Amino acid sequence: MEKIPILKMGRFLLVSIQVDMHDRLAMTLQEDLTDRIVKENARGVLIDISSMEIVDSFIGRMLGSIASMSRMLNAETVVVGMQPAVAITMVELGLSLSGVRTALDVEKGMEILHRFRQPGEEETDIDDQA
Amino acid sequence: MTRHEKIEVRSSDDVVKVRQRVRALAVEAGFSLVDQTKIITAASELARNTVNYGGGGHAIVSLVKSNGRTGLRLVFEDRGPGITDIELAMQDGYSTGAGLGLGLSGSRRLMHEFEIDSAPGQGTKVTVTRWR
Amino acid sequence: MSTKSNLPGLVRRYEKEIFKDWMKEQLADFSLRADLISETELRGQSAQFLETFREALEADGPASIKGRSWDELRTSLEEISKSRARLGFSPSETATFVFSLKQPLFALVQKEYESDPKVLSAELWTINLLIDKLGIFTMECFHKGREEVIKRQQDEMLELSTPVVKIWDQILALPLIGTLDSARTQVVMESLLQEIVQTSSMVAIIDITGVPMVDTLVAQHLIKTVSAARLMGAECIISGIRPQIAQTMVHLGVTFSDIATKATLADAIRSAFAAVGCRVVRREK
Repeated sequence: MEKIPILKMGRFLLVSIQVDMHDRLAMTLQEDLTDRIVKENARGVLIDISSMEIVDSFIGRMLGSIASMSRMLNAETVVVGMQPAVAITMVELGLSLSGVRTALDVEKGMEILHRFRQPGEEETDIDDQA
Repeated sequence: MTRHEKIEVRSSDDVVKVRQRVRALAVEAGFSLVDQTKIITAASELARNTVNYGGGGHAIVSLVKSNGRTGLRLVFEDRGPGITDIELAMQDGYSTGAGLGLGLSGSRRLMHEFEIDSAPGQGTKVTVTRWR
Repeated sequence: MSTKSNLPGLVRRYEKEIFKDWMKEQLADFSLRADLISETELRGQSAQFLETFREALEADGPASIKGRSWDELRTSLEEISKSRARLGFSPSETATFVFSLKQPLFALVQKEYESDPKVLSAELWTINLLIDKLGIFTMECFHKGREEVIKRQQDEMLELSTPVVKIWDQILALPLIGTLDSARTQVVMESLLQEIVQTSSMVAIIDITGVPMVDTLVAQHLIKTVSAARLMGAECIISGIRPQIAQTMVHLGVTFSDIATKATLADAIRSAFAAVGCRVVRREK
């Protein structure tokens, strides 16, 4: 079955959506991601949507759900790379993605994830200099 | 010269197909990237409504010309249960299903012309147009 | 008027004379704009026009100017009218080019058919109709030419009036000047968002110091821009809100709550620096 690959990078999960997603594929991604967050004990999820042509209400809702679910599982979600045309259209459509963090690109998204990693957790790796 | 294309809309795969065909025609008609995105998004919303609430149907995508202007017209038609209260269905956030309730109201904002024809038991027909 | 017009034959036979008379008409007329077009250029244009005119007449007759044989003439007339529109000729000055051809043609048939009033009036009528058609066509082209000029100027102004400038690493500024209508605001919005992506900027300052009035529609566009930028992961600050604008906005029910606003560009820059983690300090003496 068709699946969107989820990459692991340290305590973060990386998803880059490169295909024109149909609704079932989006639902599968949502399920896979929550499974992986628990399995990998991930602290952050980064979703790159820079090659997505549109974000309609269904995809918008999926992004919101992923953010809420991962927050419940102690992981932050950042959506990165939204194209201007997509953003303009979403505003017109009435979608605001409340509760979802956004960043311009993967690099800035990673910065946000690093910043939000909770302090005081027993971690073996050294904190980045802020 | 007008161009016509009829697409079956029965599953979520068909929604993707509608998006791709609409995109091809929007590019052909010379719409800007932002306009293309608006039209494809509206098509996606309406096609999904046809599948989820209308029990499937078909879409007609056509290039239209009027008064020297070029436009893209999308018609979505189903033989589903129809809509009892159109005014209510057009409101932001109103949904009988699990959606966000932005399909109808949102796609009206994305297009220049919006027309809905529906009655209980009679199915639903939505016609939207965006001019270049 | 079923009788065939002799005009094509006449024009061919007397082309030189017609040209001379026509040039005299055009040059005598006050409307020759020596400041915009030289006599040599006008002569060239006229000679070429008359030649195409004769060819079209011979091929297709004077009944209509819509046929294939008139294509070349219509094209050259279009070029002449549009170039005059661009150069700044007035409508009547442009129309005179074609209408001044009536006089020499009238004189010609008058001399030719002095003895036959019936033919004379028929030919005069043919010329009248023909030149009028060409004249109307000229005006239509002239008008189109003017519209193109206006459209180009609008585009140029739009480009000039949306200068997105990078003021620091990750900080953009968009100083808006002049009246914002819905179309312009939309262009501004798109180019700002595009620039945010290209420069990977975290903060964009939209300065409206130079905007005399903000109505509900423009305010809505500004709010939409800010929302779209936020969706992409950038923040906007609106600065330069003058007291009168703040008053009107609140009266209109637009409060810009949820959006960072500053009274002056300086305040906006200060808060943008803070957002990207920069601090401005005065050098110690």
